[in-house]
Amino acid sequence: MTAAAPGPRTNMGQPVPRYDAAAKVTGRATYASDMPLDNPAYAFLVTSAIAKGRIDRFDLDDAKRVRGVIDIVTHENAPKLKESKLYSNGGYAGTTIQPLKSAEIAHDGQIIAVVVAESYEAAREAANRVKVSYSAAAPTATFDSPGTTTAAAKGQNSQFKEDPKVGDFAKAFDAAEVKLTASYETPTQHHNPLELFTTSCTWMGDNLVIYEGSQYVHGLKHGVAEQLGIDADKVRVVNPYVGGGFGSRGSMTPRTAIIAAMARRLNRPIKLVPTRDQGFTITTHRAETRHEIKLGASRDGRLVALRHEGAEVSSRPDAYCVGGTKTTTRLYACPNVDSLVSIVRADRNTPGFMRSPPEVPYLFALESALDELAVKLNMDPVELRRINDATRDPIDGKPYTSRSLMACFDEAAKAFGWSQRSPQPKSISDGDWLIGYGCAATCYPTLAGPSAARVRLQRDGRTRVEIAGHEIGTGAYTVIAQTAAERLGVPLEKVAVFMGDSDLPPAPVAGGSNSTASTCSAVMMVCDQIRQRLFKALMPSDSLADKAKETVGISPAPSTQAAKSDRSLDIEKAFDALGVGVVEEYGEWKPEGAPLDSFRAMHSGQVRLVGGHQMKDQIAYAFGAEFVEVRINRFTHEIRCPRLVGAFAGGRIMNPRTARSQLMGGLIWGMSSALLEATEIDERNARYVNDNLADYLVPVNADVPGVEVILLSEEDDRINPVGVKGLGELGNVGTNAAICNAIYHATGQRIRKLPVRLEDIEL
Amino acid sequence: MRPFSYQRASDPDMAVQALGVAAAANNPLTKAAAQPLAGGTTLIDLMKLDVMRPTAIVDINPLAPAWSAIAPGGDGLRLGALAKMSDVAAHAEIQRSYPVIADSLKLAASAQLRNMATLGGNVMQRTRCNYFRDVSYENCNKRNPGSGCAAMDGVNRMHAVLGTSDQCIATYPGDFAQALIALDAMVEITGKAGTRSMPFAQLHRAPGSTPDIETALQPGELISAFSISGRWPRSVYLKARDRQSYEFALSSAAIALDVQDGAIRDARVALGGVATVPWRAREAEALLKGQRFDEALAQRVADAAFADARGRRHNSFKIALGKRIVARALQQAVTMEI
Repeated sequence: MTAAAPGPRTNMGQPVPRYDAAAKVTGRATYASDMPLDNPAYAFLVTSAIAKGRIDRFDLDDAKRVRGVIDIVTHENAPKLKESKLYSNGGYAGTTIQPLKSAEIAHDGQIIAVVVAESYEAAREAANRVKVSYSAAAPTATFDSPGTTTAAAKGQNSQFKEDPKVGDFAKAFDAAEVKLTASYETPTQHHNPLELFTTSCTWMGDNLVIYEGSQYVHGLKHGVAEQLGIDADKVRVVNPYVGGGFGSRGSMTPRTAIIAAMARRLNRPIKLVPTRDQGFTITTHRAETRHEIKLGASRDGRLVALRHEGAEVSSRPDAYCVGGTKTTTRLYACPNVDSLVSIVRADRNTPGFMRSPPEVPYLFALESALDELAVKLNMDPVELRRINDATRDPIDGKPYTSRSLMACFDEAAKAFGWSQRSPQPKSISDGDWLIGYGCAATCYPTLAGPSAARVRLQRDGRTRVEIAGHEIGTGAYTVIAQTAAERLGVPLEKVAVFMGDSDLPPAPVAGGSNSTASTCSAVMMVCDQIRQRLFKALMPSDSLADKAKETVGISPAPSTQAAKSDRSLDIEKAFDALGVGVVEEYGEWKPEGAPLDSFRAMHSGQVRLVGGHQMKDQIAYAFGAEFVEVRINRFTHEIRCPRLVGAFAGGRIMNPRTARSQLMGGLIWGMSSALLEATEIDERNARYVNDNLADYLVPVNADVPGVEVILLSEEDDRINPVGVKGLGELGNVGTNAAICNAIYHATGQRIRKLPVRLEDIEL
Repeated sequence: MRPFSYQRASDPDMAVQALGVAAAANNPLTKAAAQPLAGGTTLIDLMKLDVMRPTAIVDINPLAPAWSAIAPGGDGLRLGALAKMSDVAAHAEIQRSYPVIADSLKLAASAQLRNMATLGGNVMQRTRCNYFRDVSYENCNKRNPGSGCAAMDGVNRMHAVLGTSDQCIATYPGDFAQALIALDAMVEITGKAGTRSMPFAQLHRAPGSTPDIETALQPGELISAFSISGRWPRSVYLKARDRQSYEFALSSAAIALDVQDGAIRDARVALGGVATVPWRAREAEALLKGQRFDEALAQRVADAAFADARGRRHNSFKIALGKRIVARALQQAVTMEI
């Protein structure tokens, strides 16, 4: 077995190569902007150079003279669009700031004009020649800028229902033997998926086809239909491959309906390829956050009091927040917990999902604080976590469906060589380099959402699976194909999977790490429907009494039992018995506890994810432990991270190869977040400064010489039929804290603000 | 990007003529209507960003056979302006006799860029100042003379602390130029009137009150070669940066020493990532000459190198960082096995 494909342990599928590997490495995989269009026009965006104020006038003369320009659309002549509500308010959009509606500017880089031309080059040149006169107002950039308004998240964000609390925090903290109060800060970050935020729209009569990298084709379809005021069934969104999502393509952005409306008016397909820097302002970002953690503990390390206060920056109109206290208040056993999340409004674009939206900033704070507490207690940070390991959610008292946090710590610690660590800061060095070891817990809620699927089986075993899931690079094609091959007992190479098309049966957003659990549960159920038809054909002996019992729900008939068991099926014989050439089944699956309107919502492009702490009698999370080695050059203060080791438990691992890859990417991203990634804001004008990949740094290969992923065996039959916990967002949660904890170990210096850069190191 | 004409220059005369004809006499070179294209790694980038708007591109790559020499000889080194960064960095004799050159090239950019970029283009690389590179910021004295400087009180972590003026604090971003200036390189310039030579140290112009004028090159002139006297086996390039590869220097030092019997006979100290132009720290060098190396001396040299440094809101750290780098690089140069 190669390093890229760890051998399966108990409760893991086979590490088969990616379904789409050949297509991707040979360039045959077609991304949205690769889709052929018939005689397209090309759009180029003009975005605002101010963050607040209004447009006085455009001078378009110079731009219009560029040969090949067809049209320039501004707020003065843009097609009228209906408003779209936020996805959290029953709509589809990630922001309510709708550009081209008026002369008002609400944030830096807002779309203020769209040039359409015969070529991309002409559109770009004309866009460069558009002159804009603004009346700029002084914008509010971020925390501490004049003009912010701050209010509790509860009551203004429909998805943030409660600030978790239990017991009497104040009293317990007062009386605690050991206390810690510390503040932490995380920066604005941007996703920068390799595939730019492109959109192509083409009309065929009244029917619209949108090619756009999306993490939710059904959501985008309904959102655009709503904005255009047309029947959703007239809209189709297609993206068989998505060049990275990371949350940036989870909700609808304003550009799509604009391009669709312009294509309709022009009666010609339009292709938009925005620039990298435009991507920083026409989509979403991870907002900057601030935290105060208070921990009270007994001398033997038991937590007696925990308080987490978080603040997040959002836009003026939209109360976006991630509210990670829902996780940080439940991670460890603690009888007295308090929390508060606030939203700080500034003249910024509305933030949105970015991988592990709540957990990344909030666990950075908690897991750093825990390390600080371990130092105060003179205790190994792993042991501190062991002492406070929980079997139940401390807020609601519900049991975890399964929790392998300490098993992960133990396996990762062993692989890392943690036992050789001297706990004293500044105790290890190698030539010019100070060395530090650090660790942190990682976790992510286990979610699933209603999903439909259609499966078609032929006598020769050829299988076609149709589901509007999304291949955002995670291996979705592969694990869906594996699921169908396994349930139907057909060779993997006979399974064809079709995804990324809103004409296919709806699947949930590829977000919240729910995709594998949701789509594979649906595919498994539909495969079982096929098995049932075939077993019924093979087992005509199901007696009338059996059938009657099954009808009234007393007990399943033998053929049903066979279909749901792992019993193998002679497909050819069954087809012959049935006397047909093709068996096709459609089914709709929903997780236990899904709300009553789940399927209706699913067909309207709205997601009802359930799981995590919101289950009725239990709480479901995936866990992991991350260990890092940092090296700090005593002369240059450069910080490097030569080793990242993570152990993760995520229920059933469908494919150890793709799972490892996903988690490896997470660890690397986590390191990137700790040491490199920050979108710099010019506070004077509330504008992003380093809005490109040369200045918004992400790691290069030389930065990640050693990444080790350990997959633990974990079985959990209480979460979903496939027993899968989402892994997608598990990898990058603990890393920020693990790195800062390692920096403390290397230097004795505690850094509480990300990213950590060489100028932050004082030796 | 805006429309431009493209022509390939088959010989130097044709290149110079093509560049000269389209050049408006009173433009600074950076705004000249005709621009030479070599590796294209800066020019194309800035054209896409609409920062540079040439109407004529003169491709000088056909001159490569004549202008790509990597010629170390008995009395020095000659490097053609169209030699690729990667070829020079990988050259065994350069690594042996001029490690500061090999390392400055190897530690710059990415492998892909080094394969494309030429030495001449490399020294002409323009600043990475975000406010310069983003035309939506009106106030950039380098781009729009007299418009002000957005970086002065903006996000200026990457900006210069040496050689700045009240008009511009943009950092000269390259690495290789520090090696050239340290080694007293001469630059050969080919123009209408044939070739002329000048010290490389006179090529770049500190911003002063004209940050739009970056070099002494005139429109219609091309760098054709660099030359260096002597061998400098005891030389190092030390670079600090945010990531391990493919990133500009936060601070760097090019050091070359001639040490005989423990005494420093000649010393060269050049600084990168901290100054508006390739920067030679001559006062610091003077402290080294005739001395025996120790840590205290290294510290004095480092202090002298940054005596005139002026930090701003986000970049003040570069002064202490730069001093540590100078001291460390000196130590590395003194102790290196040659």
